[in-house]
Amino acid sequence: MSIWEYANPVKFIATSDKVLPWVAGLAALALAGGLIWGFFFTPEDYRQGSTVKIFYLHVPAAMMAINAWAMMLVASLIWIVRRHHVSALAAKAAAPVGVTFTLIALVTGAIWGQPMWGTWWAWDPRLTSFLILFLFYLGYMALWQAIENPDTAADLTAVLCLVGSVFAILSRYAVNFWNQGLHQGASLSMDAEENVADVFWYPALVAIVGFVLLFVALVLLRTQTEIRRRRLHTLEMRERMG
Amino acid sequence: MMPDLGKYAGTVLSAYGISLALLLGIVVLSVVQARRMRRRLDAAENRRLGAQEGKRG
Repeated sequence: MSIWEYANPVKFIATSDKVLPWVAGLAALALAGGLIWGFFFTPEDYRQGSTVKIFYLHVPAAMMAINAWAMMLVASLIWIVRRHHVSALAAKAAAPVGVTFTLIALVTGAIWGQPMWGTWWAWDPRLTSFLILFLFYLGYMALWQAIENPDTAADLTAVLCLVGSVFAILSRYAVNFWNQGLHQGASLSMDAEENVADVFWYPALVAIVGFVLLFVALVLLRTQTEIRRRRLHTLEMRERMG
Repeated sequence: MMPDLGKYAGTVLSAYGISLALLLGIVVLSVVQARRMRRRLDAAENRRLGAQEGKRG
């Protein structure tokens, strides 16, 4: 058995139909668990007060905004190299989910920033690269809509995805590269000394798992939709010609 | 049950409200689009099968 079997749209839909209810159920459980735990059962931070509760939304959303683009990059590369339609459609399917996570990260960041930094927005390296990543998401989705031929759209959006990856990387590492601005470095670290306290870390971890599973569930569902849209397009073309 | 959010209650609640609305929005949109596309494709497949049987019969 090879992973490339799932490049077959029929096989992909059959397998994802079986997996999807489980992934969606686990996503709902983990998201609800992480957010309820974080909101109701964690203490205030001694400096940030109750605003620390925004952490359980902001950090997972920001992580997934970048990871969604990374997934789109891998799928786009597979399309460019192996010409599997399902991979191009999976990249297309992931973009609206990724842009939603990016918007959540930007909005919660602004709401959190106002009381902590005294401003909703600053042209800080991380914030700015995140805003550019958001604009790349919008451009990526617009390009898919603007081109009628699906293969040409897949080619051009794959190139746009490669270019946008620079900003996905910058969104993650801008603080380290420029070492300036309002945004602090990573809150989560494998190093126990640098990581946030366990009382904040465990609910955040559950929320992160929830965001990851929600992303997987939505991408599976939306990829199925895109596969069906492509099939419908083919059938309608045949109807018109026949 | 509700934690005391102090002077940041508006800040925290608005962050949660907007985020949950956006998450719910993308879930609902994805499910509605999936159902609609499944229906449209089923209808098109049925038309195709009907046309094929018409040619044979």
